[in-house]
Amino acid sequence: MGHITFIEHSGEQHTTPIEEGKSLMQTAIDNGIPGIDADCGGVCACGTCHVIVDETWIDAVGVANDDEIMMLDLTPEKAKTSRLSCQIKTTAAMNGMIVRLPEFQM
Amino acid sequence: MNSLTNTSDESVATSPIPTMPAVEFIEQPIADVSTVALEDIDVSNPFMFRQNKWQSYFKRLRDECPVHYQKNSPFGPFWSITRFEDIMFVDKNHTLFSSEPVIVIGDRPADYMLDMFIAMDPPKHDVQRQAVQGAVAPKNLAEMEVLIRERTVDVLNDLPVGESFDWVEKVSVELTTRMLATLFDFPYEKRHKLPYWSDLASGSPEMTGGMIQADERVAGITDLMTEFSQLWHTKAAQKAAGEQGGFDLISLMQSNENTKNMVDTPLEFLGNLVLLIVGGNDTTRNSMTGGVDALNEFPQEFVKLKNDPSLIPNMVSEIIRWQTPLAHMRRIATQDVELNGKTIKKGDKVVMWYVSGNRDERVIDNPDQFVIDRDKARNHLSFGFGIHRCMGNRLAEMQLRILWEEILQRFENIEVIDKPKYVQSNFVKGYTELRVKLTAKNH
Repeated sequence: MGHITFIEHSGEQHTTPIEEGKSLMQTAIDNGIPGIDADCGGVCACGTCHVIVDETWIDAVGVANDDEIMMLDLTPEKAKTSRLSCQIKTTAAMNGMIVRLPEFQM
Repeated sequence: MNSLTNTSDESVATSPIPTMPAVEFIEQPIADVSTVALEDIDVSNPFMFRQNKWQSYFKRLRDECPVHYQKNSPFGPFWSITRFEDIMFVDKNHTLFSSEPVIVIGDRPADYMLDMFIAMDPPKHDVQRQAVQGAVAPKNLAEMEVLIRERTVDVLNDLPVGESFDWVEKVSVELTTRMLATLFDFPYEKRHKLPYWSDLASGSPEMTGGMIQADERVAGITDLMTEFSQLWHTKAAQKAAGEQGGFDLISLMQSNENTKNMVDTPLEFLGNLVLLIVGGNDTTRNSMTGGVDALNEFPQEFVKLKNDPSLIPNMVSEIIRWQTPLAHMRRIATQDVELNGKTIKKGDKVVMWYVSGNRDERVIDNPDQFVIDRDKARNHLSFGFGIHRCMGNRLAEMQLRILWEEILQRFENIEVIDKPKYVQSNFVKGYTELRVKLTAKNH
Protein backbone atom coordinates (compact mmCIF):
# COMPACT_ATOMS: atom_id res chain seq x y z
CA MET A 1 0.00 0.00 0.00
CA GLY A 2 1.37 3.39 -1.01
CA HIS A 3 0.61 7.01 -0.23
CA ILE A 4 -0.55 10.13 -2.02
CA THR A 5 0.09 13.65 -0.74
CA PHE A 6 -2.44 16.46 -1.11
CA ILE A 7 -1.11 20.01 -0.71
CA GLU A 8 -3.68 22.69 0.12
CA HIS A 9 -3.44 26.15 -1.43
CA SER A 10 -2.15 27.38 1.94
CA GLY A 11 0.71 24.88 1.72
CA GLU A 12 -0.60 22.49 4.33
CA GLN A 13 0.11 18.87 3.43
CA HIS A 14 -2.00 15.74 4.01
CA THR A 15 -0.91 12.21 3.23
CA THR A 16 -3.44 9.49 2.53
CA PRO A 17 -3.06 5.77 1.97
CA ILE A 18 -3.88 4.40 -1.48
CA GLU A 19 -6.76 1.97 -1.73
CA GLU A 20 -6.34 0.65 -5.23
CA GLY A 21 -9.30 1.18 -7.52
CA LYS A 22 -10.85 3.95 -5.41
CA SER A 23 -11.07 7.34 -7.10
CA LEU A 24 -8.73 10.05 -5.96
CA MET A 25 -11.77 12.19 -5.05
CA GLN A 26 -13.21 9.43 -2.81
CA THR A 27 -9.77 8.89 -1.28
CA ALA A 28 -9.67 12.56 -0.34
CA ILE A 29 -13.23 12.59 1.06
CA ASP A 30 -12.75 9.40 3.06
CA ASN A 31 -9.59 10.81 4.62
CA GLY A 32 -11.13 14.18 5.43
CA ILE A 33 -8.97 16.25 3.09
CA PRO A 34 -10.36 19.81 3.11
CA GLY A 35 -10.94 21.61 -0.18
CA ILE A 36 -12.66 18.88 -2.20
CA ASP A 37 -16.42 19.49 -2.48
CA ALA A 38 -17.49 16.82 -5.02
CA ASP A 39 -20.96 18.33 -5.43
CA CYS A 40 -22.01 15.83 -8.14
CA GLY A 41 -20.84 12.80 -6.19
CA GLY A 42 -18.16 11.75 -8.66
CA VAL A 43 -19.57 11.71 -12.18
CA CYS A 44 -17.60 14.49 -13.87
CA ALA A 45 -20.53 16.89 -13.84
CA CYS A 46 -19.66 19.76 -11.49
CA GLY A 47 -15.92 20.50 -11.44
CA THR A 48 -15.68 20.81 -7.64
CA CYS A 49 -13.07 18.09 -7.07
CA HIS A 50 -10.43 19.92 -9.09
CA VAL A 51 -6.78 19.05 -8.37
CA ILE A 52 -3.56 20.07 -10.06
CA VAL A 53 -1.31 17.05 -10.50
CA ASP A 54 2.40 17.57 -9.93
CA GLU A 55 3.97 17.68 -13.38
CA THR A 56 6.27 14.74 -12.74
CA TRP A 57 3.21 12.57 -12.07
CA ILE A 58 0.95 13.50 -14.98
CA ASP A 59 2.15 10.53 -17.05
CA ALA A 60 1.11 8.12 -14.32
CA VAL A 61 -2.31 9.73 -14.08
CA GLY A 62 -3.02 10.58 -17.71
CA VAL A 63 -4.69 13.65 -19.13
CA ALA A 64 -8.32 14.73 -18.96
CA ASN A 65 -10.80 13.60 -21.63
CA ASP A 66 -13.03 16.03 -23.53
CA ASP A 67 -15.94 15.95 -21.05
CA GLU A 68 -13.58 16.59 -18.18
CA ILE A 69 -11.88 19.45 -20.02
CA MET A 70 -15.26 21.14 -20.56
CA MET A 71 -15.91 21.06 -16.82
CA LEU A 72 -12.38 22.24 -16.00
CA ASP A 73 -12.88 25.15 -18.39
CA LEU A 74 -15.44 26.52 -15.95
CA THR A 75 -12.80 27.29 -13.35
CA PRO A 76 -10.41 30.24 -13.66
CA GLU A 77 -7.76 28.25 -11.78
CA LYS A 78 -7.40 25.61 -14.50
CA ALA A 79 -3.73 24.72 -15.07
CA LYS A 80 -1.87 22.54 -17.55
CA THR A 81 -2.06 19.45 -15.36
CA SER A 82 -5.53 20.07 -13.92
CA ARG A 83 -7.74 17.02 -13.43
CA LEU A 84 -11.03 16.22 -11.77
CA SER A 85 -10.06 13.86 -9.00
CA CYS A 86 -13.27 11.82 -9.42
CA GLN A 87 -11.95 10.75 -12.82
CA ILE A 88 -8.65 9.40 -11.48
CA LYS A 89 -8.64 5.79 -10.33
CA THR A 90 -5.81 5.28 -7.87
CA THR A 91 -3.25 2.52 -8.44
CA ALA A 92 -0.15 1.27 -6.63
CA ALA A 93 1.91 3.03 -9.29
CA MET A 94 0.80 6.36 -7.79
CA ASN A 95 2.79 5.75 -4.61
CA GLY A 96 4.44 9.04 -3.67
CA MET A 97 2.30 11.18 -5.97
CA ILE A 98 1.73 14.84 -5.12
CA VAL A 99 -1.42 16.75 -6.10
CA ARG A 100 -2.21 20.36 -5.28
CA LEU A 101 -5.60 21.83 -4.47
CA PRO A 102 -6.79 25.06 -6.07
CA GLU A 103 -7.58 28.07 -3.89
CA PHE A 104 -11.32 27.61 -4.55
CA GLN A 105 -13.60 25.00 -6.01
CA MET A 106 -16.41 26.27 -8.19
CA MET B 1 -40.46 39.38 -35.96
CA ASN B 2 -37.71 40.97 -33.95
CA SER B 3 -38.84 44.28 -32.67
CA LEU B 4 -35.62 45.02 -30.83
CA THR B 5 -33.05 44.49 -33.54
CA ASN B 6 -32.16 48.11 -34.29
CA THR B 7 -30.48 50.25 -31.76
CA SER B 8 -29.09 53.71 -31.93
CA ASP B 9 -26.38 54.76 -29.54
CA GLU B 10 -28.68 55.53 -26.69
CA SER B 11 -31.88 53.59 -27.08
CA VAL B 12 -33.71 50.86 -28.88
CA ALA B 13 -35.70 51.50 -32.00
CA THR B 14 -39.38 52.13 -31.65
CA SER B 15 -40.49 49.99 -34.58
CA PRO B 16 -44.01 48.67 -34.15
CA ILE B 17 -44.24 45.64 -31.92
CA PRO B 18 -46.47 42.84 -33.16
CA THR B 19 -49.44 42.45 -30.88
CA MET B 20 -49.66 39.01 -29.34
CA PRO B 21 -52.97 37.43 -28.48
CA ALA B 22 -53.41 37.53 -24.71
CA VAL B 23 -52.56 34.27 -23.00
CA GLU B 24 -53.82 33.79 -19.51
CA PHE B 25 -53.97 30.91 -17.09
CA ILE B 26 -57.05 30.77 -14.90
CA GLU B 27 -56.58 29.00 -11.61
CA GLN B 28 -58.70 25.89 -11.02
CA PRO B 29 -58.41 23.46 -8.12
CA ILE B 30 -55.94 20.71 -9.04
CA ALA B 31 -57.33 17.19 -8.62
CA ASP B 32 -55.82 14.70 -6.20
CA VAL B 33 -53.21 12.83 -8.21
CA SER B 34 -54.72 9.43 -7.35
CA THR B 35 -57.81 10.33 -9.41
CA VAL B 36 -55.84 11.25 -12.57
CA ALA B 37 -54.87 8.79 -15.32
CA LEU B 38 -51.11 8.56 -15.70
CA GLU B 39 -51.15 9.82 -19.28
CA ASP B 40 -53.20 12.86 -18.26
CA ILE B 41 -50.77 14.03 -15.60
CA ASP B 42 -49.56 17.50 -16.54
CA VAL B 43 -46.93 18.91 -14.21
CA SER B 44 -46.62 22.07 -16.32
CA ASN B 45 -49.63 23.47 -14.43
CA PRO B 46 -48.37 26.83 -13.06
CA PHE B 47 -50.52 26.47 -9.90
CA MET B 48 -48.90 23.18 -8.84
CA PHE B 49 -46.66 24.88 -6.26
CA ARG B 50 -49.28 27.32 -4.99
CA GLN B 51 -51.78 24.54 -4.38
CA ASN B 52 -49.12 22.36 -2.81
CA LYS B 53 -49.88 19.46 -5.16
CA TRP B 54 -46.42 19.16 -6.65
CA GLN B 55 -45.03 16.65 -4.17
CA SER B 56 -47.75 14.06 -4.74
CA TYR B 57 -47.73 14.52 -8.53
CA PHE B 58 -43.98 14.22 -8.88
CA LYS B 59 -43.83 11.29 -6.46
CA ARG B 60 -46.32 9.39 -8.61
CA LEU B 61 -44.28 10.10 -11.74
CA ARG B 62 -41.03 9.05 -10.04
CA ASP B 63 -42.62 5.80 -8.84
CA GLU B 64 -44.75 4.84 -11.83
CA CYS B 65 -43.40 6.59 -14.88
CA PRO B 66 -40.07 8.36 -14.33
CA VAL B 67 -39.74 9.28 -18.00
CA HIS B 68 -43.24 10.53 -18.72
CA TYR B 69 -44.79 11.89 -21.89
CA GLN B 70 -47.52 14.52 -21.74
CA LYS B 71 -48.78 14.92 -25.27
CA ASN B 72 -50.92 18.03 -25.15
CA SER B 73 -50.02 20.50 -22.46
CA PRO B 74 -50.51 24.28 -22.96
CA PHE B 75 -46.78 24.28 -23.73
CA GLY B 76 -47.01 21.52 -26.33
CA PRO B 77 -45.92 17.90 -25.88
CA PHE B 78 -43.03 17.27 -23.50
CA TRP B 79 -41.19 14.55 -21.61
CA SER B 80 -40.82 14.87 -17.83
CA ILE B 81 -37.65 13.51 -16.27
CA THR B 82 -38.26 13.18 -12.55
CA ARG B 83 -35.64 10.89 -10.96
CA PHE B 84 -32.32 12.21 -9.71
CA GLU B 85 -30.11 9.84 -11.75
CA ASP B 86 -32.02 10.39 -15.00
CA ILE B 87 -31.83 14.16 -14.58
CA MET B 88 -28.10 13.87 -14.05
CA PHE B 89 -27.85 11.83 -17.28
CA VAL B 90 -29.72 14.44 -19.33
CA ASP B 91 -27.90 17.40 -17.78
CA LYS B 92 -24.49 15.84 -18.39
CA ASN B 93 -25.09 14.79 -21.98
CA HIS B 94 -25.22 18.16 -23.65
CA THR B 95 -24.56 16.66 -27.08
CA LEU B 96 -27.64 14.39 -26.83
CA PHE B 97 -29.78 17.14 -25.32
CA SER B 98 -29.46 20.63 -26.72
CA SER B 99 -30.16 23.74 -24.65
CA GLU B 100 -31.19 25.72 -27.71
CA PRO B 101 -33.20 27.78 -28.27
CA VAL B 102 -34.59 28.28 -24.74
CA ILE B 103 -34.33 26.52 -21.37
CA VAL B 104 -37.86 26.89 -19.99
CA ILE B 105 -40.78 24.65 -20.88
CA GLY B 106 -42.60 27.08 -23.19
CA ASP B 107 -41.27 28.54 -26.39
CA ARG B 108 -40.50 32.19 -26.82
CA PRO B 109 -43.25 34.48 -28.06
CA ALA B 110 -42.44 35.94 -31.48
CA ASP B 111 -41.71 39.37 -30.01
CA TYR B 112 -39.34 38.01 -27.38
CA MET B 113 -36.67 36.05 -29.29
CA LEU B 114 -33.78 36.75 -26.93
CA ASP B 115 -30.54 34.79 -27.11
CA MET B 116 -28.62 33.98 -23.95
CA PHE B 117 -25.69 31.72 -23.30
CA ILE B 118 -27.57 29.39 -20.96
CA ALA B 119 -29.63 28.53 -24.07
CA MET B 120 -26.66 28.01 -26.37
CA ASP B 121 -24.61 24.91 -27.03
CA PRO B 122 -20.80 24.82 -27.27
CA PRO B 123 -18.73 26.43 -28.60
CA LYS B 124 -20.68 29.71 -28.48
CA HIS B 125 -21.90 29.03 -24.96
CA ASP B 126 -18.38 28.51 -23.68
CA VAL B 127 -16.87 31.79 -24.87
CA GLN B 128 -19.78 33.91 -23.67
CA ARG B 129 -19.91 32.27 -20.27
CA GLN B 130 -16.17 32.50 -19.82
CA ALA B 131 -16.33 36.23 -20.50
CA VAL B 132 -18.49 36.96 -17.48
CA GLN B 133 -17.94 34.16 -14.99
CA GLY B 134 -14.97 35.93 -13.41
CA ALA B 135 -17.37 38.43 -11.80
CA VAL B 136 -18.74 35.70 -9.57
CA ALA B 137 -15.61 33.59 -9.23
CA PRO B 138 -14.75 32.76 -5.62
CA LYS B 139 -11.64 34.94 -5.67
CA ASN B 140 -13.72 37.99 -6.48
CA LEU B 141 -16.30 36.98 -3.91
CA ALA B 142 -13.82 36.99 -1.06
CA GLU B 143 -13.38 40.69 -1.74
CA MET B 144 -17.14 41.24 -1.85
CA GLU B 145 -17.84 39.56 1.46
CA VAL B 146 -17.34 42.69 3.57
CA LEU B 147 -19.72 44.71 1.43
CA ILE B 148 -22.38 41.99 1.44
CA ARG B 149 -22.16 41.70 5.22
CA GLU B 150 -22.50 45.48 5.72
CA ARG B 151 -25.63 45.55 3.59
CA THR B 152 -27.12 42.52 5.27
CA VAL B 153 -26.55 44.16 8.66
CA ASP B 154 -28.16 47.40 7.41
CA VAL B 155 -31.24 45.62 6.17
CA LEU B 156 -31.64 43.47 9.29
CA ASN B 157 -31.12 46.39 11.68
CA ASP B 158 -33.94 48.29 9.98
CA LEU B 159 -36.50 45.53 10.45
CA PRO B 160 -39.38 46.05 12.86
CA VAL B 161 -39.30 43.74 15.88
CA GLY B 162 -42.53 42.29 17.29
CA GLU B 163 -44.78 43.35 14.44
CA SER B 164 -45.94 41.79 11.21
CA PHE B 165 -44.04 42.52 7.99
CA ASP B 166 -43.34 40.89 4.62
CA TRP B 167 -39.96 39.09 4.64
CA VAL B 168 -39.99 38.83 0.82
CA GLU B 169 -40.21 42.57 0.31
CA LYS B 170 -38.09 43.82 3.19
CA VAL B 171 -35.31 41.24 3.18
CA SER B 172 -35.16 38.86 0.22
CA VAL B 173 -35.91 41.33 -2.56
CA GLU B 174 -33.96 44.15 -0.96
CA LEU B 175 -30.77 42.14 -0.48
CA THR B 176 -30.76 40.49 -3.89
CA THR B 177 -31.48 43.82 -5.56
CA ARG B 178 -28.54 45.51 -3.88
CA MET B 179 -26.31 42.60 -4.89
CA LEU B 180 -27.40 42.77 -8.52
CA ALA B 181 -26.83 46.52 -8.66
CA THR B 182 -23.28 45.92 -7.48
CA LEU B 183 -22.59 43.10 -9.94
CA PHE B 184 -23.68 45.31 -12.83
CA ASP B 185 -22.44 48.57 -11.33
CA PHE B 186 -25.99 49.69 -12.10
CA PRO B 187 -27.09 53.16 -10.89
CA TYR B 188 -27.93 52.48 -7.25
CA GLU B 189 -30.86 54.89 -7.10
CA LYS B 190 -32.57 53.01 -9.92
CA ARG B 191 -31.84 49.56 -8.54
CA HIS B 192 -35.48 48.69 -7.85
CA LYS B 193 -36.00 48.35 -11.57
CA LEU B 194 -33.84 45.21 -11.54
CA PRO B 195 -36.20 42.84 -9.69
CA TYR B 196 -39.14 44.26 -11.63
CA TRP B 197 -37.40 43.42 -14.90
CA SER B 198 -36.53 40.00 -13.58
CA ASP B 199 -40.18 39.28 -12.75
CA LEU B 200 -41.22 40.47 -16.20
CA ALA B 201 -38.59 38.41 -17.97
CA SER B 202 -39.39 35.14 -16.22
CA GLY B 203 -43.14 35.61 -15.94
CA SER B 204 -44.54 35.27 -19.45
CA PRO B 205 -47.55 32.93 -19.68
CA GLU B 206 -46.32 31.32 -22.91
CA MET B 207 -42.98 30.32 -21.40
CA THR B 208 -43.58 29.57 -17.72
CA GLY B 209 -47.32 29.99 -17.10
CA GLY B 210 -46.76 33.34 -15.41
CA MET B 211 -49.05 36.36 -15.35
CA ILE B 212 -47.07 39.03 -17.19
CA GLN B 213 -48.91 40.13 -20.31
CA ALA B 214 -47.05 40.97 -23.51
CA ASP B 215 -47.58 44.74 -23.45
CA GLU B 216 -46.22 45.10 -19.92
CA ARG B 217 -43.28 42.84 -20.71
CA VAL B 218 -42.41 44.69 -23.91
CA ALA B 219 -42.53 48.07 -22.16
CA GLY B 220 -40.36 46.82 -19.31
CA ILE B 221 -37.84 45.06 -21.50
CA THR B 222 -37.55 48.13 -23.71
CA ASP B 223 -36.76 50.20 -20.63
CA LEU B 224 -34.20 47.60 -19.55
CA MET B 225 -32.52 47.83 -22.94
CA THR B 226 -32.45 51.62 -22.81
CA GLU B 227 -30.93 51.70 -19.33
CA PHE B 228 -28.32 49.06 -20.06
CA SER B 229 -27.37 50.55 -23.43
CA GLN B 230 -26.72 53.81 -21.60
CA LEU B 231 -24.71 52.01 -18.97
CA TRP B 232 -22.70 50.20 -21.65
CA HIS B 233 -21.93 53.40 -23.57
CA THR B 234 -21.04 55.30 -20.40
CA LYS B 235 -18.60 52.58 -19.44
CA ALA B 236 -17.21 52.37 -22.97
CA ALA B 237 -16.60 56.13 -22.95
CA GLN B 238 -14.83 55.91 -19.58
CA LYS B 239 -12.67 53.11 -20.90
CA ALA B 240 -11.87 55.07 -24.07
CA ALA B 241 -10.82 58.00 -21.87
CA GLY B 242 -8.27 55.73 -20.23
CA GLU B 243 -10.11 54.84 -17.04
CA GLN B 244 -9.45 51.43 -15.58
CA GLY B 245 -12.33 49.03 -16.26
CA GLY B 246 -14.11 47.65 -13.21
CA PHE B 247 -14.84 44.06 -12.30
CA ASP B 248 -18.55 44.40 -12.98
CA LEU B 249 -20.34 42.28 -15.59
CA ILE B 250 -20.57 45.01 -18.23
CA SER B 251 -16.88 45.91 -17.95
CA LEU B 252 -15.98 42.23 -18.18
CA MET B 253 -17.99 41.85 -21.38
CA GLN B 254 -16.32 44.93 -22.82
CA SER B 255 -12.84 43.75 -22.03
CA ASN B 256 -13.30 40.27 -23.54
CA GLU B 257 -12.55 39.75 -27.23
CA ASN B 258 -15.58 37.49 -27.70
CA THR B 259 -18.15 39.79 -26.14
CA LYS B 260 -16.75 43.30 -26.57
CA ASN B 261 -19.27 44.16 -29.31
CA MET B 262 -22.25 42.49 -27.71
CA VAL B 263 -24.16 45.77 -27.55
CA ASP B 264 -24.30 45.63 -31.37
CA THR B 265 -26.28 42.39 -31.30
CA PRO B 266 -29.18 43.60 -29.16
CA LEU B 267 -31.04 40.31 -28.86
CA GLU B 268 -27.91 38.67 -27.52
CA PHE B 269 -27.02 41.62 -25.29
CA LEU B 270 -30.53 41.73 -23.91
CA GLY B 271 -30.70 37.95 -23.58
CA ASN B 272 -27.54 37.76 -21.53
CA LEU B 273 -28.64 40.66 -19.33
CA VAL B 274 -31.94 38.92 -18.68
CA LEU B 275 -30.07 35.71 -17.90
CA LEU B 276 -27.78 37.40 -15.39
CA ILE B 277 -30.59 39.40 -13.81
CA VAL B 278 -32.96 36.45 -13.43
CA GLY B 279 -30.10 34.17 -12.44
CA GLY B 280 -29.05 36.52 -9.66
CA ASN B 281 -32.51 37.40 -8.51
CA ASP B 282 -35.26 34.77 -8.35
CA THR B 283 -32.92 32.10 -7.11
CA THR B 284 -31.32 33.74 -4.11
CA ARG B 285 -34.45 35.71 -3.30
CA ASN B 286 -36.56 32.60 -2.95
CA SER B 287 -33.89 30.70 -1.05
CA MET B 288 -33.71 33.61 1.43
CA THR B 289 -37.44 33.27 1.96
CA GLY B 290 -37.51 29.48 1.73
CA GLY B 291 -35.08 29.12 4.62
CA VAL B 292 -37.42 31.03 6.93
CA ASP B 293 -40.38 28.99 5.72
CA ALA B 294 -38.50 25.71 6.20
CA LEU B 295 -37.33 26.53 9.72
CA ASN B 296 -40.93 27.31 10.67
CA GLU B 297 -42.18 24.05 9.25
CA PHE B 298 -39.37 22.18 11.03
CA PRO B 299 -38.94 24.12 14.29
CA GLN B 300 -36.65 21.51 15.83
CA GLU B 301 -34.13 22.43 13.12
CA PHE B 302 -34.22 26.07 14.27
CA VAL B 303 -33.33 24.88 17.77
CA LYS B 304 -30.52 22.78 16.33
CA LEU B 305 -29.25 25.78 14.39
CA LYS B 306 -29.25 28.10 17.40
CA ASN B 307 -27.37 25.49 19.42
CA ASP B 308 -24.74 25.07 16.73
CA PRO B 309 -24.32 27.96 14.26
CA SER B 310 -21.41 26.11 12.64
CA LEU B 311 -24.12 24.17 10.80
CA ILE B 312 -24.93 27.25 8.69
CA PRO B 313 -22.91 26.28 5.57
CA ASN B 314 -24.48 22.82 5.51
CA MET B 315 -27.90 24.34 6.13
CA VAL B 316 -27.42 26.68 3.18
CA SER B 317 -27.04 23.68 0.85
CA GLU B 318 -30.06 22.06 2.45
CA ILE B 319 -32.14 25.22 1.96
CA ILE B 320 -31.18 25.34 -1.71
CA ARG B 321 -32.15 21.67 -2.13
CA TRP B 322 -35.37 21.93 -0.16
CA GLN B 323 -36.48 25.11 -1.93
CA THR B 324 -35.21 24.34 -5.47
CA PRO B 325 -35.95 27.91 -6.54
CA LEU B 326 -35.85 27.04 -10.23
CA ALA B 327 -38.06 24.01 -10.69
CA HIS B 328 -36.92 22.88 -14.11
CA MET B 329 -34.67 23.25 -17.14
CA ARG B 330 -35.63 22.07 -20.59
CA ARG B 331 -33.68 20.48 -23.45
CA ILE B 332 -34.33 19.22 -27.00
CA ALA B 333 -33.16 15.71 -27.95
CA THR B 334 -30.67 15.86 -30.84
CA GLN B 335 -31.19 12.17 -31.67
CA ASP B 336 -33.34 9.26 -30.49
CA VAL B 337 -32.38 8.42 -26.92
CA GLU B 338 -33.39 5.43 -24.78
CA LEU B 339 -33.95 6.42 -21.18
CA ASN B 340 -35.43 4.27 -18.43
CA GLY B 341 -37.34 2.11 -20.92
CA LYS B 342 -38.73 4.93 -23.05
CA THR B 343 -37.58 6.21 -26.44
CA ILE B 344 -37.25 9.95 -26.60
CA LYS B 345 -37.36 10.93 -30.27
CA LYS B 346 -35.05 13.39 -31.95
CA GLY B 347 -36.58 16.86 -31.67
CA ASP B 348 -38.69 16.05 -28.59
CA LYS B 349 -38.85 18.49 -25.72
CA VAL B 350 -37.36 17.12 -22.49
CA VAL B 351 -37.96 18.79 -19.12
CA MET B 352 -35.68 17.97 -16.20
CA TRP B 353 -37.67 18.58 -13.02
CA TYR B 354 -34.96 19.48 -10.50
CA VAL B 355 -37.72 20.04 -7.96
CA SER B 356 -38.59 16.34 -8.25
CA GLY B 357 -35.05 14.97 -8.42
CA ASN B 358 -34.28 16.84 -5.21
CA ARG B 359 -37.05 14.83 -3.50
CA ASP B 360 -36.09 11.46 -5.02
CA GLU B 361 -36.23 8.84 -2.25
CA ARG B 362 -33.86 6.63 -4.27
CA VAL B 363 -30.98 9.02 -3.70
CA ILE B 364 -31.93 11.22 -0.75
CA ASP B 365 -33.07 9.85 2.63
CA ASN B 366 -36.34 11.33 3.91
CA PRO B 367 -36.23 13.88 1.10
CA ASP B 368 -39.27 15.86 2.21
CA GLN B 369 -37.68 16.52 5.59
CA PHE B 370 -35.60 19.66 6.06
CA VAL B 371 -32.48 18.49 7.92
CA ILE B 372 -29.84 21.16 8.46
CA ASP B 373 -27.10 18.66 9.29
CA ARG B 374 -28.00 16.33 6.41
CA ASP B 375 -25.16 14.14 5.17
CA LYS B 376 -23.94 15.07 1.67
CA ALA B 377 -26.22 18.09 1.55
CA ARG B 378 -24.15 19.52 -1.31
CA ASN B 379 -25.22 16.70 -3.64
CA HIS B 380 -28.42 18.42 -4.79
CA LEU B 381 -29.65 19.29 -8.28
CA SER B 382 -30.65 22.92 -7.77
CA PHE B 383 -27.57 24.33 -9.54
CA GLY B 384 -27.84 21.84 -12.39
CA PHE B 385 -24.90 19.76 -13.56
CA GLY B 386 -22.66 19.71 -16.60
CA ILE B 387 -21.52 22.66 -18.66
CA HIS B 388 -24.56 24.81 -17.82
CA ARG B 389 -24.11 24.43 -14.07
CA CYS B 390 -25.05 27.60 -12.21
CA MET B 391 -22.32 30.18 -12.54
CA GLY B 392 -23.35 32.13 -9.43
CA ASN B 393 -23.57 29.17 -7.06
CA ARG B 394 -20.76 30.32 -4.78
CA LEU B 395 -22.14 33.84 -4.59
CA ALA B 396 -25.58 32.47 -3.72
CA GLU B 397 -24.15 30.29 -0.98
CA MET B 398 -22.16 33.18 0.42
CA GLN B 399 -25.15 35.55 0.48
CA LEU B 400 -27.24 32.96 2.31
CA ARG B 401 -24.48 32.10 4.75
CA ILE B 402 -23.95 35.74 5.69
CA LEU B 403 -27.70 36.32 6.02
CA TRP B 404 -28.07 33.47 8.50
CA GLU B 405 -24.93 34.39 10.44
CA GLU B 406 -26.31 37.89 10.95
CA ILE B 407 -29.86 36.71 11.69
CA LEU B 408 -28.57 34.52 14.53
CA GLN B 409 -26.71 37.50 16.00
CA ARG B 410 -29.95 39.47 16.32
CA PHE B 411 -33.07 37.38 16.47
CA GLU B 412 -34.32 34.66 18.75
CA ASN B 413 -37.12 33.70 16.41
CA ILE B 414 -38.66 34.49 13.03
CA GLU B 415 -42.25 33.39 13.25
CA VAL B 416 -44.27 32.92 10.07
CA ILE B 417 -47.67 34.35 10.98
CA ASP B 418 -49.70 33.78 7.84
CA LYS B 419 -49.88 31.30 4.99
CA PRO B 420 -47.16 32.10 2.43
CA LYS B 421 -48.21 33.40 -0.99
CA TYR B 422 -46.57 31.78 -4.01
CA VAL B 423 -45.51 32.83 -7.50
CA GLN B 424 -47.69 31.62 -10.39
CA SER B 425 -45.18 29.71 -12.49
CA ASN B 426 -43.97 26.25 -13.40
CA PHE B 427 -40.38 27.53 -13.46
CA VAL B 428 -39.86 29.87 -10.51
CA LYS B 429 -40.69 28.05 -7.30
CA GLY B 430 -40.97 31.03 -5.06
CA TYR B 431 -42.87 33.37 -2.83
CA THR B 432 -44.66 36.66 -3.41
CA GLU B 433 -45.24 37.22 0.31
CA LEU B 434 -44.21 35.72 3.63
CA ARG B 435 -45.49 37.58 6.65
CA VAL B 436 -43.35 37.14 9.73
CA LYS B 437 -42.81 38.53 13.21
CA LEU B 438 -39.37 38.81 14.77
CA THR B 439 -38.35 38.21 18.35
CA ALA B 440 -35.18 40.03 19.38
CA LYS B 441 -32.38 38.12 20.98
CA ASN B 442 -31.61 38.80 24.63
CA HIS B 443 -27.96 39.75 24.80
